[in-house]
Amino acid sequence: MSGIPKIPDPNLVLGFESSDDAAVYRVEGDLCLIHTVDFFPPIVDDPYEFGQVAAANSLSDIYAMGGRPVSALNVFCIPGDMDHERVTKPLLLGGADKAAEAGINISGGHTLEDTEPKYGLSVVGVARESEILANGGARPGDLLILTKPLGSGILTTADKVGLLTPEEHKDLVAVMAALNRWPAEQIKGLDVTSCTDITGFGLVGHGAEMAAASGLTFEIYTDSLPLQRNALEMARDGIIPAGAYKNRQFMAGRYKTDKGMDLALEDVCFDPQTSGGLLYSMSKEASLVFLDRCKTAGLGAWIVGQVLEREDVDIKLLA
Amino acid sequence: MKEVDARGLSCPQPVLLLAEALKGSEKEITVLVDDFAPLENVSRYAQNHGCTVKHNDKGDYTEIICQR
Repeated sequence: MSGIPKIPDPNLVLGFESSDDAAVYRVEGDLCLIHTVDFFPPIVDDPYEFGQVAAANSLSDIYAMGGRPVSALNVFCIPGDMDHERVTKPLLLGGADKAAEAGINISGGHTLEDTEPKYGLSVVGVARESEILANGGARPGDLLILTKPLGSGILTTADKVGLLTPEEHKDLVAVMAALNRWPAEQIKGLDVTSCTDITGFGLVGHGAEMAAASGLTFEIYTDSLPLQRNALEMARDGIIPAGAYKNRQFMAGRYKTDKGMDLALEDVCFDPQTSGGLLYSMSKEASLVFLDRCKTAGLGAWIVGQVLEREDVDIKLLA
Repeated sequence: MKEVDARGLSCPQPVLLLAEALKGSEKEITVLVDDFAPLENVSRYAQNHGCTVKHNDKGDYTEIICQR
């Protein structure tokens, strides 16, 4: 956003300058407002499922900042001839159900007529300033924990052309619609240093933003990465979205890969995720407690790497 | 030899066309693509299904020669 004028504002804690998941504004004392907006075209055919996934994705930015959502608005584009009962209503219901799971209401919104549907939320959250988890802040020795398996870009590409079984489709939607509220609630009182959510730039892209903001290097244990079922097999067969290749090109020079790395596994590291998991950096001690809490709560959480002193790249992919 | 023209198609269509073509008995299938992602994806599919792959840059497009 270079060239766009800005005025100095001492209460704008995080704005455009950082690559954070949401803007953070100090409203009074140490109370901060977190605001974010995200919307996109359908990634699955079923309107209710799409509503759920889009809303979970929008809400995720609040959790990635260490906050809790308080209110949301619909952002909705829809062709004029869409059937209200079959499309619009279930789509908005999917969004509302996910907002309810987050403990908030969708209190309004804005609809435009457009050739292709698009949906998402503008969400407002709150947090104490000390609770804010920016992209920067990781320390050497911290472990990296991911809360959802990778592969949703690859699998939605496969799903669009009918390559997934109904059961695989159901599993994919369950991963994308899973609300990041639940893992985020497990960090209370723990020594967590930074967080982001894994979305369109993939694990390497978003991990690199955290590493760069922290002035450090992240190494990723690719043999420990949680993968959705069949994601690796689909990648081997070249069922990979163009976005994964764009991500890889965009990251040229900012990552390096071990010799002998499985190409399909590397592809998964660049796969653009829809409503992906949270990536946390935290102390080793905190990670043990976090993993234990997640296990007790029936949630997925995996150690996927660690934070190193700064080297010549943001991300090292270990085979 | 069989030729599959996948120019202008977005992923994963070029891969699906190659998969269909590989069901036949031709020893060599040439796939034409005009973008980076289909080039990579078609090559991955061919290699994963026992083909050796060669690329011929034709300027506006690339010939992917898949031999089995």
